[in-house]
Amino acid sequence: MSRRGLLKFLDRMSSKSAARYLTYSVAVAFFFALILIPPILGILLKLNQVGRVFEDSSLQSRALAAVSASFEIALFVSLVDVVAGLPLAWFIARGKSRWLNALDTFVDIPFILPTVALGYSLLLFWSKQGGVSSLFGASLVSPGWLLVILLHFVFSFPIIVRVMVGALLDYHIVYEEASRTLGAHALTADRTVTLSILKPSLVSSFILAFARSISETGATLMVAGVFENGPVFISHARDENLGEGPLVFVSSILIAVSFMIFAVITVLGPRLKLPTKKVWPSFERRLSSSNIAISRDTITLVIFFLIVLLPSLFVALPAVNAISSGTLSQALSGTGIWKGYWQSLILSYFVGALATLLNTLIGLPMAVLIARKRAGTRSSTILDVLVNIPLIVPSIALGVSMKFFWSNFAFIPEIVLLIFAHISITYPYFVRAMASAIERISMDLEEASRILGARPFTLFRTIILPLTKYSLFAGALLVFTRSVDETGATKAVVSTLKTAPVLLVSWVNPGGTPTATAFEIGLGIGFLVILSFAVLLVMRLVVRGKERRY
Amino acid sequence: MPEVKVENVTKKFGEGKIVAVENVSLQIKDKEYFSLLGPSGCGKTTLLRLIAGLVQPDEGNIYIDGKLVNDVPPEDRGVGFVFQTYALFPHMDVWGNVTYGPRVKAWDTQQSNKIGREMLEMVRLYERSKAFPQELSGGMMQRVAVARALSAGAKLLLLDEPLGALDAKIRLELRYDIRKLVKDLELTAIHVTHDQSEAMAISDRIAVMRKGKILQVGTPQELYMNPREIFVANFVGESNFFEGYVESVNEMGSVLELRGKLHLRVLDKNKGLGEKVVLAIRPEAFELKKGHKKVENAIFGHIERLRFEGTNIRYEVRLENEDLVVVTRPTLAGEWLDVDEKVTVSFPPDKSFVFTYPSKGLREELMAE
Repeated sequence: MSRRGLLKFLDRMSSKSAARYLTYSVAVAFFFALILIPPILGILLKLNQVGRVFEDSSLQSRALAAVSASFEIALFVSLVDVVAGLPLAWFIARGKSRWLNALDTFVDIPFILPTVALGYSLLLFWSKQGGVSSLFGASLVSPGWLLVILLHFVFSFPIIVRVMVGALLDYHIVYEEASRTLGAHALTADRTVTLSILKPSLVSSFILAFARSISETGATLMVAGVFENGPVFISHARDENLGEGPLVFVSSILIAVSFMIFAVITVLGPRLKLPTKKVWPSFERRLSSSNIAISRDTITLVIFFLIVLLPSLFVALPAVNAISSGTLSQALSGTGIWKGYWQSLILSYFVGALATLLNTLIGLPMAVLIARKRAGTRSSTILDVLVNIPLIVPSIALGVSMKFFWSNFAFIPEIVLLIFAHISITYPYFVRAMASAIERISMDLEEASRILGARPFTLFRTIILPLTKYSLFAGALLVFTRSVDETGATKAVVSTLKTAPVLLVSWVNPGGTPTATAFEIGLGIGFLVILSFAVLLVMRLVVRGKERRY
Repeated sequence: MPEVKVENVTKKFGEGKIVAVENVSLQIKDKEYFSLLGPSGCGKTTLLRLIAGLVQPDEGNIYIDGKLVNDVPPEDRGVGFVFQTYALFPHMDVWGNVTYGPRVKAWDTQQSNKIGREMLEMVRLYERSKAFPQELSGGMMQRVAVARALSAGAKLLLLDEPLGALDAKIRLELRYDIRKLVKDLELTAIHVTHDQSEAMAISDRIAVMRKGKILQVGTPQELYMNPREIFVANFVGESNFFEGYVESVNEMGSVLELRGKLHLRVLDKNKGLGEKVVLAIRPEAFELKKGHKKVENAIFGHIERLRFEGTNIRYEVRLENEDLVVVTRPTLAGEWLDVDEKVTVSFPPDKSFVFTYPSKGLREELMAE
């Protein structure tokens, strides 16, 4: 069938309610069968194993300490993110300098870098010879909880800044102006009006940062040393062959508590009263003065450059040295450890591409379903909530649970499990990006298109898709980078296959001696980073310009 | 008491490429109801925001009450501002909005409550204290916005198209409400609008703006009876324009020659002999008679189109020199004329304005931007 014939056929089909029903049903069925049910059932089926942990009190206290460390760090880091990120977001959104565009791009760097690259970069910067530690003659920050906190701050910080810059740009500044003309000083206006109105964005960015911190595994492993949080404990427990008990124990607590925290923030967040009632005019006038504002901006920028940006980019140093030392030619010839490296890299990108493709195909109908409430208001809202679950569940716990479930079907090869896990973890990123983009398109446009004679498929092809192109690519890009970056679930699901980040963690071999030289690790990470940027660049070229609002 | 003086103020945007306000000077008297009138993009809102302190001038000085306020932030200028979109805080109810000013100034609670109540009773919305902005009608939101603007004790009220978002009927009603309130409370008000009938109806004085400059300041009557610029003649009220030359001048006035060898007498005697000029005549200044009549300043023509507008009938008359003019007559005065009817159009010499022909041409002069 020709392309035209196919389009015509799809167009005719889309008018039939049966075809539409089928499309949506397949999308929903896929979501439940592959993404939602396996991780939930998997852990439930193994709950009886938990008992073993209680027999060994030292194991039990180790596990509990790890779990509570996870939540403490996530909570602490997300709070610090807000405190440090809000002024930077303000600075970017409100400033007038032409350098702000560059700053805005810099903010994204820790977000785009694979987290294992970040982890290794921070490790080099803070604690290895050649980093800032050389200045002090000793390791400034040794692997351990402090380095884990620094790491989590670095990769979750851009989330807050990104979300809040977007929210501030969308915000109608007239409310702030109204507040000023009524006698409020700048700080009072920000506090009583702007922040109150932007509270939903603040809450959702907090949740995202929190979830990301709870979930991260690969980089945390690199910098944790003997310190354990939840994901590190699970990873160690697998390496030490402690059996299923501890895995189930920690995973189920991580999942359950994450849920609870998510629910509490979702319910209480909107009711949270920011400190708006009381006003101290003379004190706030002083805090609003331009001197204070300038020192605040300076501190913010210094923190960003010294704590976030510089340590993130430090890995470039060994990577560059590796090129001059001859490691590059070894790497390109693919001998020694490089053979495995290239295989892992191919595996990572293959799995990433496949997960992106499948999630795009199956996520699109789901996004329409949610955005346009095609399944009725209540069911659509429920779906909207359910879709977010993989976001808040720590990915290694999700992987552990999926592994339990799918091991009942022994005939499924490991590579398929790996793809399932990656689809599951990345699914929400695409659906959320698309659903909110579709929601922003006015219904009037759809109605106008229908009245002019477009059938549903044509409507989608000629109106919805062109208008959401940017979000579609942004969503796909998120899925892809998240998949290539993923360590926790990968470690949990497969035992023989090694994706690039898993391999790199094993090179660094935290807790033991590295299995590769510093140059090799640096170069290995360098390739990963360069490829990530290349993918990003290609995507940017494909989708020129930003999505406009209609 | 609040007197506002704007002295040689210039404001540019977009790295100096767009001049929003260009070397504007203006003096607004205490207790005056003053309007800034002009087409969209003329800089009137920017001028208002400069006075409020929401933007800072690139050049020039602004004085409120005799004090230079260039470096005074908006919260310390003692102004009330009503925004075009009202900008009622969506997360606060009516009461929260109206008592916001006293609250951020940390006035004592008793006093804040008293003011809140007074203000809401003044705009007849006290019983809606608990309602949120999105539950109110446009007219109610507008009244809350006014009450809120005055709650912090402002004596200078700045209004940015305060009636622009309302239905025609409510707009007519509220414009008099606002003026009455300003006069009762003895405030000074600066009102930005693009609606000339609104400006004429409520203002003590009006400044007409175009492309960042003030063209003319005067009472509504002065602007209507004696426009000093072609643009003002067209924007305040409406005018027909003819191009022509000064044929003769004497102490009684001058005679102009228009296209098609029309000779018309006007009172203006300040233009030079042979000078190219523009003659402006308001549609309502024309006399319209059936058939060809020999009267002063008579021009023959026929009715090409007519439109019934309620109070007036609007005739488009094709003159013998092929010019098209608009003539309005009160619907209830005299007989109606039909299309193709032969008519005589005439005007008294004292009801016309003569301007020097603009260097960039008439069309350019009439354009808003």
